[in-house]
Amino acid sequence: MGITAGTTKNLSASLADEKKRVAEQRLITVYIMGKAYEVPAEATIMGAIEYAGHQIIRGAGCREGYCGACATIYRLPGDYKIRTGLACMTLAEEGMTLAQIPSVPAEKAIYDIEKLKPNVSAIQQMYPSVFRCVACNTCTRSCPQGLQVMDYVQAAKRGDIATVMDLSFDCVVCGLCMLRCPAEITQPLMAIMAKRLYGRYLRQDSPELAERVKAVEEGVYEAEYAELMSMSREDLSKRYYARDTE
Amino acid sequence: MYPDYMAESLRKVAQTRSKRLELAKKTEPVYPPMNAEERQAVLEGFHPDYESSARRTVRVGPNKGETLTTEVSELLESHSWLRSEQVDLKKPDFETDLLIIGGGGAGCNAALVAMQEHGMRSIIATKLRMGDANSMMSQGGMQAAVSRTDSPTRHYLDAIGGGHFENKPELVRALTEDGPGVVKWLEDLGVVWDKEQDGSMKVMHGGGTSRKRMLSCRDYTGAMIMRTLMDEVRNHPDMIDIKEFMPAVELIMDDKGRCAGAILYSMDSEEFFVVKAKSTLIATGGYGRLHIRGFDTTNHYGSTGDGLVMAYRAGAKLMYMDSVQYHPTGVSFPEQIAGFLVTEAIRGAGGQPLNKDGELFVFPREPRDIEASAIIRECVQNGGGIPTPSGRVGVWLDSPLIDMLHGEGYTEKHFPAMYRQFIRYGIDIAKLPMLIYPSLHYQNGGIEINERCETDIPGLYVAGEATGGLHGRNRLMGNSVLDYNVFGRRAGRYAGEYAKTVKLGKLSLDHLDSYEKELANAGVKTDLVTPVLLPSYAPKDVKKRQLLRGNNVLPGASVLQNRLFDERPDA
Repeated sequence: MGITAGTTKNLSASLADEKKRVAEQRLITVYIMGKAYEVPAEATIMGAIEYAGHQIIRGAGCREGYCGACATIYRLPGDYKIRTGLACMTLAEEGMTLAQIPSVPAEKAIYDIEKLKPNVSAIQQMYPSVFRCVACNTCTRSCPQGLQVMDYVQAAKRGDIATVMDLSFDCVVCGLCMLRCPAEITQPLMAIMAKRLYGRYLRQDSPELAERVKAVEEGVYEAEYAELMSMSREDLSKRYYARDTE
Repeated sequence: MYPDYMAESLRKVAQTRSKRLELAKKTEPVYPPMNAEERQAVLEGFHPDYESSARRTVRVGPNKGETLTTEVSELLESHSWLRSEQVDLKKPDFETDLLIIGGGGAGCNAALVAMQEHGMRSIIATKLRMGDANSMMSQGGMQAAVSRTDSPTRHYLDAIGGGHFENKPELVRALTEDGPGVVKWLEDLGVVWDKEQDGSMKVMHGGGTSRKRMLSCRDYTGAMIMRTLMDEVRNHPDMIDIKEFMPAVELIMDDKGRCAGAILYSMDSEEFFVVKAKSTLIATGGYGRLHIRGFDTTNHYGSTGDGLVMAYRAGAKLMYMDSVQYHPTGVSFPEQIAGFLVTEAIRGAGGQPLNKDGELFVFPREPRDIEASAIIRECVQNGGGIPTPSGRVGVWLDSPLIDMLHGEGYTEKHFPAMYRQFIRYGIDIAKLPMLIYPSLHYQNGGIEINERCETDIPGLYVAGEATGGLHGRNRLMGNSVLDYNVFGRRAGRYAGEYAKTVKLGKLSLDHLDSYEKELANAGVKTDLVTPVLLPSYAPKDVKKRQLLRGNNVLPGASVLQNRLFDERPDA
């Protein structure tokens, strides 16, 4: 696993072990962009692609399900359905045939958030394609996060920004919904705008935040900072270990 | 699902749960927190940094003679992709006011502030896509002293104590004092913070916090912030030019010793491009993908310490590069997600680390290095760990307590990412504990900066995880999200201001030649070419066959060589 010399010794020593482990591993066949490879049965799709020796450049990012870089479509043997998943999160299966879709063409609207209103007008101006929705639910079925995508598209049509925010909160912008959408809507991009509109205009303001920002600007903490910064390490340590905890 | 042999241990966890729930409901700690001596003992005994081979002396460069993390010394004692005589600097391919290397949180903040405050144009050059950064992955939250029981100075004390009093005070002050303003800045950009009914910020504890100070956006905090920042950056295509899949591989200097841009490398076409810039910001993040000491990592694919080595060759000094952060709770089972982050907010919300007998062995919210060392001690010394089928080991993190403390459905609602990650493998974390072990998480040290993000090199600025000094030798949870926002903004402010007045001289890559000479004089023999750019996860036999491609000359073969470094017999 390591790539630097610090781990060289461990690696060469473990090479034999690894071979043994590989020999004991159950292998399955997957078709990566049409070509068959034998990969470990327990591998994720990303693991399978790397096991096959590919150096991924596009199609891997956070590798933990947050960034949406590794959108993948696949079919299983004897099944007509096109399935979707994140390569880092989805397990490879026997006979799976797959392709990564690391980028979905889509145009982000350019806007000044200060000039938008948090209602249906913003959706109409910036993402009018939303109104093409035919309520087929393909987006929801294709979402690897299991989000109710169609429901938030319907909310957007009503100008219900709060619901769009809530239902799209966990969107990782992998783009699979907009790839599958027969109405060619760019759901995740619209949802980012809606979340920003909610945060900017529809949030409940926090009174203590405004007070604290003002206090900092007025230099309320100057003296205390000066004192802490001039303390010896011993005194600071004493103060630290004696502090109370909420 | 957990394998059958773990059932006995799981039964013990369930047995002790009601008693531990009672403890958790009291105000006193569920387990005694360590004092200064106990902390020191567990660190020295069990923190991976203290193993004898964990550190070695670096033989070249500004920190020559200092003891650094072994893998960092290896990284620094390496060759450049470039030879100065092969690069034509006379006709730059691109010119800009501010070159930002790295498309994460710090880079986006800097571009926006340099534009807003100084009208400066930026190029953001990034190795993968915009937002392919650790910034995107932070789950649990961001610290900022906004609640009425808290204060920025209390945040200062917590941070500096957590860092063992070695943090640069002026940096900690900048971090904690700017904190509340950052919350406001992000909120006005449209970040949806978790709130209480009355609109006040929802705050939670993290390891080493004496006040509830962790702000969050469910457990997609980094993703929410990062997507908001990226969206705003992309609203200004005339001012901010984004170059994806184009990492920097070396800095360019001018004849007066100032930084004057960088050489970019296209991952697609394998071309090199010269960017001349009045000021340059390194915002390349950390090094988790170097898999220090063979640890699994929580980090994103491109975390290979690129900024460190570029800045070091140009003469910037590093600070605290002998210290590595292992996150106490990385996933140990299932193997497919081994090393993945389990947010500290799970412990903030009441989750407890337990040994195989279902017993507490550490206060759940010690600072990270202490907590991680205590978990390693429990496994290595006390035999309290549970082995996994793939040869890892772990202790339990008892998450079902969270619903019991906060109400049914809380875990699924507030930790949707965590819930999703485990339910895919048939583990419902609201009903079953998670099996965890420390995972390589954060580069505590980095390129030394001051509170203006300046380095030893005029015109070179650094922000975020790539910097050193702010966190001392141990960062607290939630201070990195704050870090990239506070110092990203500061970098934009000061690098933008500098760019207004500087008149660059003749461009030069002479520093690469001097560095090569220094390597030769120090007797360093290596075939490592850096920046590393990407790790390889090809199996060993595949790597061996890749090695057969012979007679490659630099730099075309660099990626391949980096990938194969551990396989080369003469390395």
